[in-house]
Amino acid sequence: MSVELKMPALSPTMEEGKLARWLVNVGDVVKSGDILAEIETDKATMEFEAVDEGTIASIAVPAGTEGVKVGTVIAMIDDGSEAAPKAKSAAAPAPAPATTVAAPEKPAPAAKPVEAPLPAGTNMKMSTVREALRDAMAEEMRRDSRVFVMGEEVAEYHGAYKVTQGLLEEFGPQRVIDTPITEYGFAGIGTGAAMGGLRPVIEFMTFNFAMQAIDHIINSAAKTNYMSGGQMRCPIVFRGPNGAAHRVGAQHSQNYASWYAQVPGLVVIAPYDAADAKGLLKSAIRSEDPVVFLENELIYGRSFEAPELDDHVVPIGKARVMREGRDVTIVSYSIGVGLALEAAEVLAAEGIEAEVLDLRTLRPLDTEAVLTSLAKTNRLVVAEEGWPTCSIASEIVALCMEQGFDDLDAPVLRVCNEDVPLPYAANLEKVALIDAGRIVAAVKKVCHR
Amino acid sequence: MAKSGKTSDTPTPAASAAPADDAPLRALQEAYQAAPLFAASDDQLLRFYEQMVMIRRFEERAGQLYGLGLIGGFCHLYIGQEAVAVGLQSALVPAKDSVITGYRDHGHMLAYGIDPKVIMAELTGRAAGISHGKGGSMHMFSTEHKFYGGHGIVGAQVSLGTGLAFAHKYRGDGGVCVAYFGDGAANQGQVYESFNMAALWKLPIIYVIENNQYAMGTAVKRSSAETHFYRRGTAFRIPGMYVDGMDVLAVRQAAEQALEFVRAGNGPVLMELNTYRYRGHSMSDPAKYRSREEVQEKRDHHDPIDHAKAELLARGLSEEKVKDIDKRIRAIVSESADFAENTPEPALDELYTDVLVESY
Repeated sequence: MSVELKMPALSPTMEEGKLARWLVNVGDVVKSGDILAEIETDKATMEFEAVDEGTIASIAVPAGTEGVKVGTVIAMIDDGSEAAPKAKSAAAPAPAPATTVAAPEKPAPAAKPVEAPLPAGTNMKMSTVREALRDAMAEEMRRDSRVFVMGEEVAEYHGAYKVTQGLLEEFGPQRVIDTPITEYGFAGIGTGAAMGGLRPVIEFMTFNFAMQAIDHIINSAAKTNYMSGGQMRCPIVFRGPNGAAHRVGAQHSQNYASWYAQVPGLVVIAPYDAADAKGLLKSAIRSEDPVVFLENELIYGRSFEAPELDDHVVPIGKARVMREGRDVTIVSYSIGVGLALEAAEVLAAEGIEAEVLDLRTLRPLDTEAVLTSLAKTNRLVVAEEGWPTCSIASEIVALCMEQGFDDLDAPVLRVCNEDVPLPYAANLEKVALIDAGRIVAAVKKVCHR
Repeated sequence: MAKSGKTSDTPTPAASAAPADDAPLRALQEAYQAAPLFAASDDQLLRFYEQMVMIRRFEERAGQLYGLGLIGGFCHLYIGQEAVAVGLQSALVPAKDSVITGYRDHGHMLAYGIDPKVIMAELTGRAAGISHGKGGSMHMFSTEHKFYGGHGIVGAQVSLGTGLAFAHKYRGDGGVCVAYFGDGAANQGQVYESFNMAALWKLPIIYVIENNQYAMGTAVKRSSAETHFYRRGTAFRIPGMYVDGMDVLAVRQAAEQALEFVRAGNGPVLMELNTYRYRGHSMSDPAKYRSREEVQEKRDHHDPIDHAKAELLARGLSEEKVKDIDKRIRAIVSESADFAENTPEPALDELYTDVLVESY
């Protein structure tokens, strides 16, 4: 009988992939463990193995096909038995039951930038956040020979999340440096190299691991300029994914934004879309100050329109109105911006026009942008994928109380994750994390609807 | 074996690997022991003496100012350890090699010949201090001299120094970093993370453990399973040197050999400088963890300044000349203390400067 081989999900977040190469032909006899094909996703290249013996009967998806959805039949294998055909799931090294697969990476809600306009005639092209970050580093490395990238798996592996893909090939091992798994040490080496006049970009595989290195980020990088009376510069970027991914448990899911945003001497940036990821990372690399640059794994693969410019730089410290509205302001940053835009769509259908403000830089905070929007809408909700206690949301609430009290028609509400370590179970994780529905509910509450 | 035609008593590779493999780790020490003293000219020795006396008198004065309440917070004196900074830094190439240390940093600054006035004024928290009064005793820097501080977190300077060495290699500027740390810091995890990467990438760095025998009040034998600190790099293939840190000529000689090795592109060297701190860990020290006799014995029989002075006299310098030097240095230190006491505190708007370099 013939058995269907289906496109496997090779990671918890994988939705589709490229069938890069077939290693077998029709008629080949294969046995369990033989590698049949190579599949590429935006994160990695993986080998697809046979689980049973048989003969390749047909190949349904030719090599080189992009965007093959998980579950698509890609080949048929004849196992020599006579039974009625039945579907058989293909080999999948990573267990990926249907319930664990993330919500599809839907096209990001359209942004309506109100910032300084791009030059007339600027072409826009679709770019993933991952590509935008890589391009930012590559452009800055071409521009300034002092810029180098260091971290775990940044070179030969192309980055644990493929953000540094291609940098080793272009810039070589002197400037794209794989480190041992030793965060405290290489964060210190990067900080020392910055003090010595270089421009390091230090990648943490995730910011969860940066807790091993936080002493250098805060005590060495952030404070030395002050302690030296301005003699000791430390122009360094610490970057990597921050916040929750999918089903990776409490130790790999924390948002550290408020930890770093509390520290004078640091600049803290958390972009949402591809244009900002690129423009802000370029600004971060050029800055004379130490920058903590918080990315988000779940946004890496999302595509956004981004300007095709030779040198797209976004100023640090400026928030951005993503959607204009008159009834209420939703303040957010990073992945929360997408949820806020989603909520705004829902609210618009119900007659509530929400203004969505992306903070983009968390330190120094663009307080003026928050207060200006508040003065316009008189109601404000903060949406943050992170814990509520002593959060960026708390800071925005304090700001509105201290400096915007007379503009408030309702209490400012925080919509954050639940105040628990992030659980693994799919159902528990889902309820622990912020979503658009909760933002909608909070907005209705402050609008008395 | 039979095919190779070797006789049966030829050592097997497995048996011969260990000693042959370890030889490079000992070679520096063996070369140093063969010629352990630097052949200083009279002028060089005189200069070493002056620098050590300058550090001693400066630190004594700092101790007095602390007692008067003019210096606050933490203040860690370098008295007893003078030969280490002077012997090592005199071997460096100015404006090319870099230095970084922990919080016991006054001596290293003075060994660079930095004006004692701006150092003392930093200790008293004045605007004229080298960090504009915003760093204090533990946080002083002189990028002009490639002296990168002055760090208060035990062991942090080891990773930071490794980064300075990385920058030397990246730029190919031929510089070497000297990173000083104590026997206490030698037990920090990041030290070994740094050793690993420095050896892996052959970074131009000399790790200098100033073993003054006590981490605050904890004697090395109470804190360290391996008290021979020069062996601590062995696991990373870093050669070690064990040096008498109470003899400036021994320190200088070891520094010359280590620098030659590192400048040749061989990667890091680990030096253990056996020294002794006469004073407490900081100004507030209970002095209960060691006997007065132990300290007195070091002062009487191992003092680096007395040692250098005896050598100078033996070379024919007059007692009178030595007294003149001492007098001159006392006057400079007094002047720096007066300056530090009378120069103004920082303006209040300095509170908000130097937090970030740029405006956003």
